[in-house]
Amino acid sequence: MIPYSGLYFFYILSIAFIPLILLGLKGKPIKKYGMIMNLFMLLLLFGGSKIQTVCLVLFYSGQLVLIRGYIYLRRKYESIWLMRILVALSILPLVLVKASPYFTSWTIGFLGISYVTFKSVQMIIEIHDGLIKEFSIWDFTYFLLFFPSISSGPIDRSRRFMEDINKTFTKDEYKRYLDEGIRKIFYGAAYKFIFSALISTYWMAKIPEAKSILNTINYMYAYSLYLFFDFAGYSLLAVGTSHILGVNTPENFDKPFISKDIKDFWNRWHISLSFWFRDFIYTRFVMRALKKKWFKSRYTASYIGYIITMGVMGIWHGTEIHYILYGLYHALLIISTDFFQRKSSWYKKNKNNEGFNYLSTAVTFNLVCFGFLIFSGYLF
Amino acid sequence: MENKVLNMLEEICGTDEVKNDRDINLFESGLLDSLGITELLIRIEEELGIEIAPTDVEREEIETPNKLIGYLNKRR
Repeated sequence: MIPYSGLYFFYILSIAFIPLILLGLKGKPIKKYGMIMNLFMLLLLFGGSKIQTVCLVLFYSGQLVLIRGYIYLRRKYESIWLMRILVALSILPLVLVKASPYFTSWTIGFLGISYVTFKSVQMIIEIHDGLIKEFSIWDFTYFLLFFPSISSGPIDRSRRFMEDINKTFTKDEYKRYLDEGIRKIFYGAAYKFIFSALISTYWMAKIPEAKSILNTINYMYAYSLYLFFDFAGYSLLAVGTSHILGVNTPENFDKPFISKDIKDFWNRWHISLSFWFRDFIYTRFVMRALKKKWFKSRYTASYIGYIITMGVMGIWHGTEIHYILYGLYHALLIISTDFFQRKSSWYKKNKNNEGFNYLSTAVTFNLVCFGFLIFSGYLF
Repeated sequence: MENKVLNMLEEICGTDEVKNDRDINLFESGLLDSLGITELLIRIEEELGIEIAPTDVEREEIETPNKLIGYLNKRR
């Protein structure tokens, strides 16, 4: 079953929440019930498919062995190569799943494998950095397979998550979490089931099939708004559900269409993904490049960092050409924006001018929508 | 140490604003971007000998020159 997809899911979710909410409102710990409920919800989501269940169990066991083993190995070996090997092993299942259409007719994997993989890789890197030294297997399981965000994020960080679940809330604190959670779920439902549904039915579906320039432009705006309401709505549902479980899962969207430039956009769109890439790919690549003096200019290092980061971001969505082009398109936008902002004296003079900011926001909005047009695959 | 940090920031941000207003938000004002923060981490390691992994520190903890100095004092 796909999470947040229909009334049946919400019905079961509400019933499963009743004991937990009662515990929370009485000021009692909710972690244990939350863990049991999580297992139950996983069964509901994946239990209907044998392949998904088997893949999920195999994936989970493999990651557990890797990460547990690495905690132990890290005490003796600091080598960056050991970390790289572990990261490669951790990504292997995802690579096999993505490559499987090329060598088998089976559909292997489970819904959310690409999102869950981020969580393990992040842990391995932080174990290498010495930031994670120990964790309980129960907490790890809850983190990795946390049902509210298992299928499409937001991508949480293990240290933050584990701190949250081990807090004991007072009655009032829990009540605030609950209120916030319910509010977000309502907003999310409105985004996903009203706005995105209306855009899809009354706008996107009405665009004639012929790919004229006008239809393409029309589709570009319709799809961009549809994608936002659908994905931001889904994210709000996941964040709201997490809140009721006492987990402050990070927000994924922050009014992305008012971004004043493309860098600002990536601080507002699919935030948990873009911050993951920033923290675990871009920063680390640039740091290494600067320390080892791989390039003459630090800007070259940064630009190559953007190409790698955005390229990986594109290909992570899928190996189709439109995803790869989407990543490269955004790398190009970020690099040219950075170049322009550094070099242009006209920009420096006008960057605090109100009119310029409106213009810049409008240009960014259109560039972003064109990116989504590439992403949608409509052009190919 | 305070002076060292301020000089570092001045060079990385390319402006003395960071010395004049030590409570300026480095991220919101656009003074420190992803490249800037990476350079900052490297120079802190090289010049102050404090090694900070990229996800070791939250941006909020070091968002102003004063907060950065306070954070580094704690880490020393």
